[in-house]
Amino acid sequence: MKKYLLPSLKLTLVLIIICSVLYPLFIAAVSKLAPGGGKGETLKVNGKVVGYANIGQKFTADKYFWTRPSAVDYNAAGSAGSNMGPTNAEYLKQVQDRIDTFLVHNPSVKKEDIPAELVTASGSGLDPNVSPHGAYVQVARIAKARNISSEKVKALVVQQVQKPLLGLFGPEKVNILKLNIELDQLK
Amino acid sequence: MNTELTGIIVTFIITVLLAFPLGKYIAKVFSGEKTFLDFMKPVEHLIYRICGINPAQEMSWKQFLKAMLTINMLWLVYAFFMFLYQAHLPLNPDGNPNMTADLSFNTAISFVVNCDLQHYSGESGATYLTQLFVITFLQFVSAATGIACLVALFNGLKEKTTNNLGNFWSIFTKTITRILLPLCIVVAILLAFNGSPASYDGKDTIVTMQGDTVQVSRGPAAGMIAIKHLGTNGGGWFGANSAHPLENPNYFTNMLEVIGQVLIPMAMLFALGFYIKRKKFAYVIFGVMTMGILCLLIPTVISEIHGNPEIAKMGIAQATGAMEGKEVRFGPAASGYWSILTTVISTGSVNSMHDSSMPVSGLMQMLGMLVNGFYGGCGVGFLNYFIYIIIAVFISGLMVGRTPEFMGHKVEAREVKIAALVTLLSAFIVKGGAALATYYFVNHGNADWAVKPNAWLNNPGYHGFSEILYEFTSGNANNGSGFEGLGDNNIFWNVSTGFAMIFGRFLPIIGPVAIIGLMANKKYVPESAGTLKVDSLTFGMMTFAVIIIITALSYFPPLVLGPIAEYFSIH
Amino acid sequence: MSKNHSTKLFEPSLVKEALRQSFVKLNPRIMLRNPVMFTVEIGTAIMLGMCIWIFAGEKAQGSFAYNLAIFLILLITVLFANFAEAIAEARGKAQADSLRKTRQDTPAKKIFPIGEMYVDEVKIVPSAQLEKGDHFICEAGDTIPMDGEIIKGIATIDESAITGESAPVIREAGGDKSSVTGGTRVLSDKIVVKVTTSPGESFLDKMIALVEGASRQKTPNEIALTILLASFTIIFLIVCVTLKPFADYANTPITIAAFVSLYVCLIPTTIGGLLSAIGIAGMDRALRANVITKSGKAVETAGDLDVLLLDKTGTITIGNRKATNFYPANGVDEKLFIETSVLSSLADETPEGKSIVELGKLNPASFNAHNSKFIKFTAETRSSGMDMIDGTKVRKGAFDSIRNLVVKAGNPFPTETEERVKIIASNGGTPLVVSRNNIALGVVELQDIIKPGIQERFERLRKMGVKTVMVTGDNPLTAKFIAEKAGVDDFIAEAKPEDKMNYIQKEQQGGKLVAMMGDGTNDAPALAQADVGVAMNSGTAAAKEAGNMVDLDNDPTKLIEIVEIGKQLLMTRGTLTTFSIANDVAKYFAIVPALFIVSIPGLQSLNIMYLKSAESAILSAVIFNAIIIPFLIPLALKGVAYKPIGASALLRRNLLIYGLGGLIAPFIGIKLIDMLLALFM
Repeated sequence: MKKYLLPSLKLTLVLIIICSVLYPLFIAAVSKLAPGGGKGETLKVNGKVVGYANIGQKFTADKYFWTRPSAVDYNAAGSAGSNMGPTNAEYLKQVQDRIDTFLVHNPSVKKEDIPAELVTASGSGLDPNVSPHGAYVQVARIAKARNISSEKVKALVVQQVQKPLLGLFGPEKVNILKLNIELDQLK
Repeated sequence: MNTELTGIIVTFIITVLLAFPLGKYIAKVFSGEKTFLDFMKPVEHLIYRICGINPAQEMSWKQFLKAMLTINMLWLVYAFFMFLYQAHLPLNPDGNPNMTADLSFNTAISFVVNCDLQHYSGESGATYLTQLFVITFLQFVSAATGIACLVALFNGLKEKTTNNLGNFWSIFTKTITRILLPLCIVVAILLAFNGSPASYDGKDTIVTMQGDTVQVSRGPAAGMIAIKHLGTNGGGWFGANSAHPLENPNYFTNMLEVIGQVLIPMAMLFALGFYIKRKKFAYVIFGVMTMGILCLLIPTVISEIHGNPEIAKMGIAQATGAMEGKEVRFGPAASGYWSILTTVISTGSVNSMHDSSMPVSGLMQMLGMLVNGFYGGCGVGFLNYFIYIIIAVFISGLMVGRTPEFMGHKVEAREVKIAALVTLLSAFIVKGGAALATYYFVNHGNADWAVKPNAWLNNPGYHGFSEILYEFTSGNANNGSGFEGLGDNNIFWNVSTGFAMIFGRFLPIIGPVAIIGLMANKKYVPESAGTLKVDSLTFGMMTFAVIIIITALSYFPPLVLGPIAEYFSIH
Repeated sequence: MSKNHSTKLFEPSLVKEALRQSFVKLNPRIMLRNPVMFTVEIGTAIMLGMCIWIFAGEKAQGSFAYNLAIFLILLITVLFANFAEAIAEARGKAQADSLRKTRQDTPAKKIFPIGEMYVDEVKIVPSAQLEKGDHFICEAGDTIPMDGEIIKGIATIDESAITGESAPVIREAGGDKSSVTGGTRVLSDKIVVKVTTSPGESFLDKMIALVEGASRQKTPNEIALTILLASFTIIFLIVCVTLKPFADYANTPITIAAFVSLYVCLIPTTIGGLLSAIGIAGMDRALRANVITKSGKAVETAGDLDVLLLDKTGTITIGNRKATNFYPANGVDEKLFIETSVLSSLADETPEGKSIVELGKLNPASFNAHNSKFIKFTAETRSSGMDMIDGTKVRKGAFDSIRNLVVKAGNPFPTETEERVKIIASNGGTPLVVSRNNIALGVVELQDIIKPGIQERFERLRKMGVKTVMVTGDNPLTAKFIAEKAGVDDFIAEAKPEDKMNYIQKEQQGGKLVAMMGDGTNDAPALAQADVGVAMNSGTAAAKEAGNMVDLDNDPTKLIEIVEIGKQLLMTRGTLTTFSIANDVAKYFAIVPALFIVSIPGLQSLNIMYLKSAESAILSAVIFNAIIIPFLIPLALKGVAYKPIGASALLRRNLLIYGLGGLIAPFIGIKLIDMLLALFM
C-alpha cells in the first residue's frame, strides 16, 4: 500500500485544485453573463426586490392567488417536502382540512374542481407554480376580494400561463409570484 | 399524446442519441485513439509528472485494486476531518456548524463511495468549503473510480490472456480530464443560464409581497449539480435536491439533469461494445437493461399519473396526478420517470419526494436499487450486471452441457464463489440492516439517541417499514435517495448505513475486478458450436431471468410487508 | 453396446438396499457433505423439538398434528434425497459388481520361480492370492484370473464376459495386443501372463470405490455449483431470520413451523438432494456404455471436448482396405489378369491379399500353386507374389516398384494403367499393380470402406462443437479423400506416434480440450497428454495406465457416447438447478400470504392459487417440495437428453422446459395437493 500512498496524496491535491477551485471559479465567472449573474434571478416591484423568480412565496390572503402548501412555510433558508406517505391517516386528515379551508374561502368552487396540487405539499416546499386550473379555481375569490370582474382576472391568468417546453414537453404552469405582481398592477 | 408523456419519451430518446457517440468517444479515449480533446494531453502529462506516476506501468488486478483502495481510503480520512471541523474553516458565509462525529463518518463514506446519502440538509449542514472541496471533489473522483474499475474489466475482456488490467492512475486521471470535466462544464453553464446559482454569495434575506421576511439559500451550486448528475452521485446542494427550484429551475434543466445522470452509464455500455469489439454483446445488454427499466418505469408513471386513491376518495380533482412531494413544473410523469432512472442508475438525486410516491412507485424504486445494474452507476452499473452475467453464464453453461465459459474464459469455482459472495452481501446488508432497525424500533423505542427509535418514522404502518427498508436499500446500492421522512441523523442510522455503504461499494467493485483478473489469466478457449453465445438474445433473456429471480426471491417477503401491503391496503 | 445392462431403473433388490442406505445416511457427519440437505436435516431436528415442546404443553405454536406433519414431511424430504443418492450408488455398484463377479475366486495356475520341488513350479492358488508381478499360466479352457500382460505365447481369447462380443480375439506377447483381462477365457493355446495390478487396485476396483462415495471427489463443476447452491441457501436463511423482526413490526406472530417450512421450501432442495445422484449416475452411465472411468472429472471433462483424435482404421473405415475393382491394361485378357491377381495373393495372409482372392471369385483349389515359392512383402521390394513351379513369376505391389521391375526387364509400362493408378490414388484408393513375368497386366483397386452411418455421427459431433481429426498412416492424398468422404474436419496423414502428441499439444495450446483413443504402448504419452484419454481394454497396460478411461468394448466410436454422457451430466445439473430455483416463485405465493393473511387481510390478493387455509398452504408447499425429489430421480439417473442443436437453441429449449416448467409445475402441484388436503382438514 505504501507504494501507492504518495501518488495518491499528490493526485488528490492536484485534483482538488482542478475540481474544487478552478472548475467552480470558471463556472462562476461564466455565469456572470447569465440572467441574475449567477446569484439567482430576482423580481422587483418599483425597484424593490420582492422575491426570486424561481422560488415560491407564501400567499394566504384572499386577494392573492395562493401557492401550494409547504412543509417549510416557504422559507428558502431550507427546503423540504412533507415526506408524508400516501396512506398516512394523519396526512389524509391534513389534506381534508386543506380542502375544507379552501372550500370556506372559495364557496363557489365545487369540491371536485379543486386540483390536487392546491391541497398537497410540494417536494421542495418552495414550488413557485400551480397548474393553470389551480389558478382558474381561485379567480372568483380574487375577483370578489378585489372587486374586479372575473373575466379580467381570468384573462390575466390566461396571459400568465407558461406553455410546455417548446410547446411539446412537460406540463403547463403558472408562476404565482409573477401572477400576483401582475395582479397588483391590475386596476 | 399529452405533453408530459412526450416529454419523458423524448428525454429517453435524446439520452440514447447522445450516449451512443459518447460511448464511441469513451472507447477511443481508453484505447488511445485520436480524439478532439487531445489538447488535454499536456495537462495529463503534467499531472503524471507532478504526482510521480508512470502511466505506462501495467497493473495486475491486485495492484489495480490496491491503488484504487489506497486513494479511496485517503479521501475517506480527508473528508471525515473536513466535515468534523467545517465550522472553523473558511468559506462558511452562512455560519453553519460542524458535523457530529457520526454524521461526519456517514457523510464522508457517503460521498467517497458515490452514494451521496445525506443525513443533513445542504443549506444548513455543510459549508461552501465542504460543498466544494469535499463534496464536489469526491463527486468527481468517486465517479472516476467507478469508471476506471469498469475500464479495468474492459481490459480484461479485450485481451485473450493477460495479466494487465491497465494503469489505475492514468485511466482514473483521463476519466476526469477527458470525460467528466468537459461534460460538467457544458452542463453547469447550461444550468447557470437557466437560473441555478453559481456565485459565492451567501444567503439572501428578502421581504415577500405578503410582508414575510424569508431567507434564500444560494451558493456556487451549478458546478456541483452538473457533476452530481454526470457522476451519478446525487447529493444535492440544497436539502430538497433537484426538486429545489434553484437546483432544477425548469423543465429544460429537468431534462438536462435526468439525461446527464443516465448519459455516462449508458455510454459505458456502448463503449464496451466498441472497446472490446463485440458490439452485439453490448446491444443485447443495452436491450435487456432497457427492458428492465421499462418494466419498472411504466407502472410507476401510470400510478403517479392516476393519483392517490385515498385522495380521490375525498372527491377532489387529480388531473395533475399525485402531487404530494412533487413540483408543478415537472408533473407526475417526469417525476415518475426521474424517480425510476435515479434509482436504477444509483444517482439518488430526486425531483420529487419518494416518501410521498404511490406504493407501486416505491416498490419499483426499491427494485431498481436492489437490482442496481440496469445501466447502474458510473462504471459500477456494469460491474454489478457482470455479477449477474457470471451467475447466468454458470447456470446456462451447465444447461448446454459444457463447463461454463464467458468470452473464452472458464468460469469455475473461484469465480462463482466471488459472484455468490457479492450477491449474498447485498441480501445481508439490506435485510440484516432493516431487521436490526425494526428490532430497535419494536423493542428499544426509547433508546437514548439524537432521534429516538420511536420517532424515526414519519409515517406509520407499512409505509413506515418501507422507510426503513428503503434507507438500507439505498445505502447498499450506493444510491443515496431516501424516503426522507426517516429521522436518520442519529448514531444508529449514521453508523449502520455508513457500513452498508462502504461494503455495498467496495465488495461489488473488488469482486468483478477480481473475477476478470482471474479469468483473464486463464487460457483462452476458442468458441465452438457448443459454446454458449453470450451475445445472443437467449442469453440476454437468461441474464434478465437471473436478475428477476435473484431479486424477487431474495427480497420478496420484506417488499410484501412494505409497499406491496400498502398497495393492497388502498386497492 | 447393449450388453449386460440392467435396464430397469428401480430393481427391487437395489431399491431395498437404497432404502436401508437412506436411513444410514441420516448420520449428520455424512449429511455434512451436502450442505443444502444438511440444513434441512437441522430443520427436521428443530421440528422434532417443536413436537416435543407442544406435547409438553406449549400452545402458541399451532396444533400438535400440524407440527408433527411438518416434521414427518421434512424427514421424508431428507430421506428422499438420501434415497436418490443411494439408488444411484447401488446401481453403479451393482453394475461394477456384475463385472467383478466374473473374476472372483478363479483358480490361478501360479508360477513359483523357486517352488517346493522345481524351479518355475506351477501350483493352483485362488486368484485372490495373486500379487502384482506374479506370473501365471493359462491354457485352453482356463478363465484368466487377473488382469495382466502376456509375456509368452499367443492365444485366442473369448472376451464376451466383459464386452459381450462373441467373436474371439487374438492376444500375444509383445506388441500392442498383449493385455488380458480377468474374467475372460482362453480358447486355444497357452500363455504365460504377468499380473499387472494388485488385488483391489484394478480399474474396476477403483471405479467401485468412486461410486461408493468413500473416495468420491467432487468434480470442479460440482464444487462450483455447490458453492452457488450454498449461497442461495444462505440468502434464504437470511430471508427467514430477518422475517422475524419484520413480522414483529407488523404485529404478526409466525410459528416456528412456518419459519422452518418457508426456509426448506425456498432453499434449492430439489437440486441439492439430487446433486450427488446426478454425478454418480454419470459415471454409472459411462459404465453401462462399458467404459470404466478413473474419475468423475474425466466424465465431466468429456462434455467439454473440442477435438477428437480418431484412428482411421476400425473407427472411420471398416477394418482394412478391400479390393473393389480389377482394371486390366489394354489388350490384356481380363480373365488372365484376374487369375494372375489371385495367384499373386494366394499365399498372402494380409487382409488386403485375402480380399483380392475374395473379389476374384475363383476357386483357390483350381490353381496348381503347389510347391510354388512364395515371395514375401518386404520394405525394400514393396511387392509380393509367387514364383511358380513352371517359372512364371507373378508379382503385385506398389506402382513404382512394379514399374521398376517392368521397365528394368525392358518392357513398356502401359500408359492407361499409369493413368488408372493416378485416378485410383486421387479417389482415396490404393492401387496395386500386377505383373506376370515382368509384364504389367493391370491394376487392382483397393478401397477403404467407410463405416455406414459414420458421417451422421461426425455431423452430430460438429453440431456439438467437437472437431474430429482422423489419424492415418496413409499418404496425404488418400487421407484427404477419406477425410472428406467420412466428413471429418481434419486429418493427420502418414502419422507417426509423436504426430498425435504434437497435434494434441498444439490444440491444447490453443485452449482446446482434446480426447484420443489408443491402445499401443507408443500411444501412452499421447493418452496421458490428452484431456480425455480412452485406452482400449485390449491395449497394453501402459496405455491403460496412461489414459483416464478404459473402454471394455475396444470400440473407438465410443468417444462420441462419452462426450454425450459428459454433456448430459452437466445439463442435468444445470436444468435441475433452474427447475429448483424457478419452483420458489410458486412457493412464495403459497407461503407468504399464508404467513401474514391474519394481520394483513389485503394480502389475500397474493393468494392467487386460492389455497384453502394458511396451514394447508404451508403443508402443500412442503409436501410438493418433498415429492418433487422422487419424481425427478429417474431424470437425475438417466440424464437430460442431449440434442446437438447448437448452444443457444439448447439453452432456449431447456429454459422453456425446466425454467418455465419449473415456474408453472409447482403452481399446479401445490394447488392439487391443497385440494387433496382440503378433503381431510
